[in-house]
Parts: sequence; C-alpha cells; structure tokens
Amino acid sequence: MKAYKIIVLAKQVPDTRNVGKDAMKADGTINRAALPAIFNPEDLNALEQALRIKDKFPQSTVEIVTMGPGRAADIIREGLFRGTDGGILLTDRAFAGSDTLATSYAIGQALKKVGNIDIIVAGRQAIDGDTAQVGPQVAEKLGMLQITYVEEVTALDDNSITVKRRLESGVETVKSPLPLVITVNGSAPDCRARNAKLLMKYKHAKTATEIDALDEKSKQLYSKREGLILKEWTVADIDTEPDQLGLKGSPTKVKSIENVVLQAKDSKAISSSDEDIEGLVVELLESHTIG
Amino acid sequence: MANLYTDNKEIKFHLEHPLMEKIVRLKERDYSFSNDFDFAPMNYNDAMDSYDRVLEVVGDICGNIVAPNAEGIDEEGPKVVDGHVVYAKGTQENVDALVKAGLMGMSLPYKFDGLNFPIVPYIMAADIVSRADAGFVNIWGLQDCAETINEYASEEQKERFLPRVCAGETMAMDLTEPDAGSDLQAVQLKAVWNEEKQTWILNGVKRFITNGDGDISLVLARSEQGTKDGRGLSMFIYDKQHGGVTVRRIEHKMGIIGSPTCELVFKDAPAEIVGSRRMGLIKYVMALMNGARLGIAAQSVGLCEAAYREAIAYAKEREQFGKPIIQFPAVYEMISTMKAKLDAARTLLYETARFVDMYKTYAHISEERKLEKEERNEMKKYQRLADIYTPLVKGMASEYSNELAYDAVQIHGGSGFMKDYPVERIYRDARITSIYEGTTQLQVVAAIRGVTTGAYLNQIKIYEAEPISPELEKLRSTLIELTADYEKAVETVVGEDNNEFIDYHARRLVEMAGHIIMSYLLLIDTTRDAMFLRSAKNYVSFARAKVKANAEFIRASEVSDLEFHKFNTKE
Repeated sequence: MKAYKIIVLAKQVPDTRNVGKDAMKADGTINRAALPAIFNPEDLNALEQALRIKDKFPQSTVEIVTMGPGRAADIIREGLFRGTDGGILLTDRAFAGSDTLATSYAIGQALKKVGNIDIIVAGRQAIDGDTAQVGPQVAEKLGMLQITYVEEVTALDDNSITVKRRLESGVETVKSPLPLVITVNGSAPDCRARNAKLLMKYKHAKTATEIDALDEKSKQLYSKREGLILKEWTVADIDTEPDQLGLKGSPTKVKSIENVVLQAKDSKAISSSDEDIEGLVVELLESHTIG
Repeated sequence: MANLYTDNKEIKFHLEHPLMEKIVRLKERDYSFSNDFDFAPMNYNDAMDSYDRVLEVVGDICGNIVAPNAEGIDEEGPKVVDGHVVYAKGTQENVDALVKAGLMGMSLPYKFDGLNFPIVPYIMAADIVSRADAGFVNIWGLQDCAETINEYASEEQKERFLPRVCAGETMAMDLTEPDAGSDLQAVQLKAVWNEEKQTWILNGVKRFITNGDGDISLVLARSEQGTKDGRGLSMFIYDKQHGGVTVRRIEHKMGIIGSPTCELVFKDAPAEIVGSRRMGLIKYVMALMNGARLGIAAQSVGLCEAAYREAIAYAKEREQFGKPIIQFPAVYEMISTMKAKLDAARTLLYETARFVDMYKTYAHISEERKLEKEERNEMKKYQRLADIYTPLVKGMASEYSNELAYDAVQIHGGSGFMKDYPVERIYRDARITSIYEGTTQLQVVAAIRGVTTGAYLNQIKIYEAEPISPELEKLRSTLIELTADYEKAVETVVGEDNNEFIDYHARRLVEMAGHIIMSYLLLIDTTRDAMFLRSAKNYVSFARAKVKANAEFIRASEVSDLEFHKFNTKE
C-alpha cells in the first residue's frame, strides 16, 4: 500500500480568542504572560487532515515542523498525543524576530534537509499575525505546487490529490499532482482528541534542552525508553544564509501599533411592522451587507 | 471549548483521596509494569498525572462532542435495519471519538491493550460521560462487562476477546427474558452442546437488552436441560461475527432513547462457555451485576450533576418579581439541597469504588502469587464492604438522580415541561436508574444484610473516630445522636424476630444507614477541603430530618400493621 511522507506546519500562538484587559502592555505589545500559549487552531485542522491520510494509508508518516522558543516543544508533543510520528522544533536565537519571509525561509531550508516530502499541510493562518503567508511562501521557496483554503482531502492516489476548497463564493474541487502544499481552513473538521495511551507515553517526550534541565534520576528514563527524545534543530543543523534569518532577514517593519478598543456603536430600534422591516432590508442591500 | 472534567473540581478532589496511593501501587504491582509497557506509570505521581490528563481528554470529548450530540440523539434514536441496530448519527460520532481517544477497555490489563486504570478513575469517566449524555453512557459503559471476562474466562479467551474491546468493539450483557426480569432464576434461553460442531448452540429470546447488537455479548442461558432454577444456568460469550442473533425490535422508551434496548432472537447461535458450568447466575451474574450497579450509580451521579447545573444556571438567569429567582428562599434552599445530595451521592460513589478497587486488585494479584495473611484479610474486608456499599450507592444515588431531575424541572417552571430545555430529557433519562440493574427495592434486599449484621454500624463507628476539623464537631455530635437512633431502630425491628417485619422496614433502615454514612463522608471531605462545608452542613440537616422521621415510623410500628398494608391477590 502507498505510504506518504507528510509534514504539518504548526505554530504555537498566544490565545487571542480569550483576550482579557491585560492582553496588551502599555507600550502596545502583546503581554504573553497573560495569554496562554496554544496550538494555532487552523493548524489543528491541518493536523487532522494529515492524520486522516495516515488513517487511510497507515504506512504513511506525519511529522510536525514548528519554529519557536523552547516551550514550542509542546506543539510537537501535542501532535504525538494525537498520532503523529514525531516532529522537529526549529529553535534558535537567530530566528528571533522573523517575519513571514524569514520564517518561510528557515522552514523551507529545514524541509529541504528533511527531503522527499509528498504533502505539506499547514493551517490557513495563525491567530496572532493573521497573514496567511507562511504556508504559500514555503511552497514557493521549495518550488512546490500549492492549494489554499482546503476543507477536505477527498481522494489521494500515487500521483494526485483531490481536495475541496472552501471559498467565499462557493466550493471548488481541485485535483493536483504530488508533491504539494495545502493550507487548511478552520471550517475543516476539528482535530481528533488526544489518545490516552499516546498521552501517557509521550507526556514524557522532551527535547535535548529540556532533558538537560532535569535532575539525574529523571534523565535515566531517556536511555531506558525509546522515542521520547524530540528533534530540536538550530541554525547549525540547517543550511542557511545568516542575512535571511531573524530580524535581518525580515523586510517587514512595524511602523506603529495602536491599541484599539472596540466600542458598541449607536443602536437603532426597528419595529416588527412591514414598513420597518422593508426599510431595513433595503438598507442592508444598499450597504451590500446582504445580497 | 467546554471541558466537563476541568470544570468539576469535586471529581479531582476524589481522585486525590489518600487511599489512592495504595490502590495505584497494588494495581501497578509496585510500578513494575513500567518496565514492559512504555506508557505505564513509573511512580504514584506519574500515575495520578496520567489519570488527570486522560480524564481531561474524557472531559474534552464529553464537552465538545457528547453533550452537544445529546439532543439530536434523543430525537433520532437508533433503528433496526435487517435485524441489526443502526445507532443515531450522534451516537456513532460519540463512539468513534471515544474509540479513537483509546477510552475503551480503560480498566483492563496492559497485556490485553488496556490502560490498567483502577476502578476509581474509570468510574470518574463514567460520571463525566453520564453528565454529558446519560443515554450514551450505557453503550460506552458496557465495556465493564469485559471485567467479567477478565475475571472468569480462560487465558485463551481473554487473549481473543479483551484486545477487541480495547480496540473499540462494544459489549452487551444478555440476561433478561420476557419471563425472567428481577427473577433471573427463570431464564429459559436454551444452550445445547453440539458434539459435531464442537460448540454450544443457543436458542430462544432475550428482552430489554441494552446495546443488544453489541459485538461481544455475555449471555446467561440454561445449559442443564430439565432444571428450573439458577443452578442450571451457565454464562456464554456470543461473538457477533459468528451470526445467529437478530434484533427483532428496539423498545420505545421514556428516556435514554439513544441506548438501543433490544429484543433478541437466538437461532442456532454458536457460543462459548465462560468459566464453570452451572455457575452462570450464582457467580458470574453476581459479578456482572455488581460492576453494572456501580456503573448505574456513576450514571446517577452524572445525572445529578447535570440536573444541578441546569437548575442553578436557570435560577440565576430567570428573573421574576424584579430579581433572579435564586434569591428566593424557596428556590435557593432547593438548589443547595440538590448540591448537598449530589456531593453526598458522589462521595459515597467513590468510597465504594475504592473498596471495589482494593478487593479486586488483591483478587487479581492472588492469581499471580499467594497473598500474605494480612493481604488476604484486607481483601476480605474490602470485599465485604464493597458488597454492602454497592447496593447502597446504587439505591441512594439513583433515587437522588430522580429527585434532582424532578427539582430541576420544577425550578424551570413551565419552561421545564417543554422540550426546549435539557432538563426535560434529564428527567426522562433519570427515571430508569432506580429500575434497571435491580430496582431500588432489590438494592434494599441486598443492602439489608449490612444493617442486620452490623456491618454498616461498624463502618459508621470507624468514620466517627476519624479526625475532623474542629468547626465540624457540632455536626459530628448530631451524627452520633442519629447513630443512636439508628441502632435503636435496628434493635426494634430485628428484635421482633420476624423476617417479613424486617423486609417491611428494610428500606427505612438502609436509608438511615445511608444518610449517616454519607454525612460522615462529607465531614471527612470537608476536613480535606473546605469547599464541601455547605454541603456537609446542609446534608446533615437533611439527614437528621430523614433519620428522625424513619426512626419515629419504626418506633410507632407493630407487626400487626402489616395486615393493614397487605392485599389479597385473589380478589
């Protein structure tokens, strides 16, 4: 049976969906301490699509590649809890301050080292930056085909993949040869829950840096049990041009940040009379809110 | 992203009970399993962390899949297609999610692909699933039939069937027949040994079988032709893969509609025997029933939780006479009493689950090595306690789930009578808990031994001697007084030396013991965590009124009263 080598691109993000009043600091930057770090929601949709391919073709492998600080190892563990075969944490001070271009460059270089990938699955966008650029940029860097806004992989064989794209104007079915990059929408099925056995096993999985921080007794586990050491790659592990990394490699410049507080606007009372309702419909049509 | 475990700190409190350290150490054989299984815990903290995390997965699935599916399942229900059951769409989604998450066969040994969880965290999962959808828990919870296979089947049978349960195949226990309900001795399903095919062949009809079309069924059948009582019955495993059983119909029920209650026709269905012939009812059904009763107690507690939460949320929101109705004494007293009963039933549930864990784990260890004398005594002690606590908690908790569901509807007023709110479903779902797996009346028959032998009293005295917070001393004095009332009532009833008189008062006596035991458990819980103080105070007040009422009824009664209650069946 056919086996596919699948990479999921995922990001650890601050949970911006539950923003409280402490979410922003006075200087307009994000107060990361007040926001829990979570698995970017659409990346979970992407992971589910990848795991479904593995369900159908069990010889396939699914690995997560994530870039971030040491604690982003949680993303690799989260994948293992749900059925991935492993992952790579790209972590280095040299990556700090990367915009989407520098990020996709670093990830692209890492994936070149991984090699022979059939399918790269990424979430459409991350909830912290909302750019939706990294997935497509990685495809460009690797010279791969790409399909965005995917909701479902409907067919897969040796040479091609068929997917359903969810667009504002409707649904498109697209067939493409492999290899390729797909980015997945939040409207795709939710990711499966963690698996009890995998959770009990891989909660101990750690990167070399994390293992170093343990006491001697706890370290013994890693020579005894297999599969618990997570891959951690630094700049030294991949072939890169220093100028294209981190802040240096990021042409995006933040001009200013505004702290916007959304306030309720004036309300308008509309009675249930036919006249009022018709007026509202006309108004909504004219403002292109509906229609 | 609701999580029905992390939003319920009472469950985690019970998980952290001091006796767990011993239970887990025995269950994990001093953590030696961790050498052979790469997910087995290496020490107590590791184990507790795993239970906590796995229950979080249960809470996640229940909050985001099972609970939202409950209404649709209640409306759609299962169907029979070509003699087999097709679950409602939501039911199948629930099953798939729980199977994928590896939450089947939770308490089975590692070597059969289980998680080797103690009964306590398994029952916690059942508590959570029931809160989400009490009808669905029947399908998921029937995995505890596998415990009976694990205890009594041959090693070869265990190897064949248990990994299938862990992989997600569902189970059923086929006991009831049209003429054999509470009285299982009357079971007629015929089992005949076929020499040519080298298999047992089953023929006959079963009725009211929950998940009757499950993949693997335990079937009680008459293997000794010509016999009429329980000694002619044996236990069989029927494997759906072999065929021979069809579903004639699914009952139209008042509640737990998603759970298919089947009428089954066995036509030359091949089956294999479990354990020894003629021990079907006497030994194996008793084991099955005890497991199932604990499961129904968990289902009841989950229903209590659901009813309480719906009631308090509505009462805070609903305004009448210019304020939320929860501010009226008539309403807040109802809700605080609901919470007290919920906490009382739950603490009794987990006390019972710990007793079951202790004795069952020792029983399994005794198959591997000879138990030390001290261990043997401990096993016997906990087995006796489990035997009298299981019917007690099943009886009390199931009645409370009905009371709480009734009160939750009442608090919703007219809206509660409509299908628009979940309380209407909860009310219907709760009704079965005090009926199946033995009615409350039959739980009393099993529990009365705890009264007459003094076993409940012994346990009450042990609780009485436990150290508690000084602020609870007054409550303890009340309980000491109630215990004296209970002792006197027992003396009065037993002193008449008339079994019918004992049966007449049995429920009153068992409930008195239950109220005192639950009160003490709440005092002990409050000593560990002040969050239970409200419930401890409120429950003791409630218990005092109930115990005193029963004591007074018994004090004033005479054997001759029975004549005024009896009916002549011939007229």
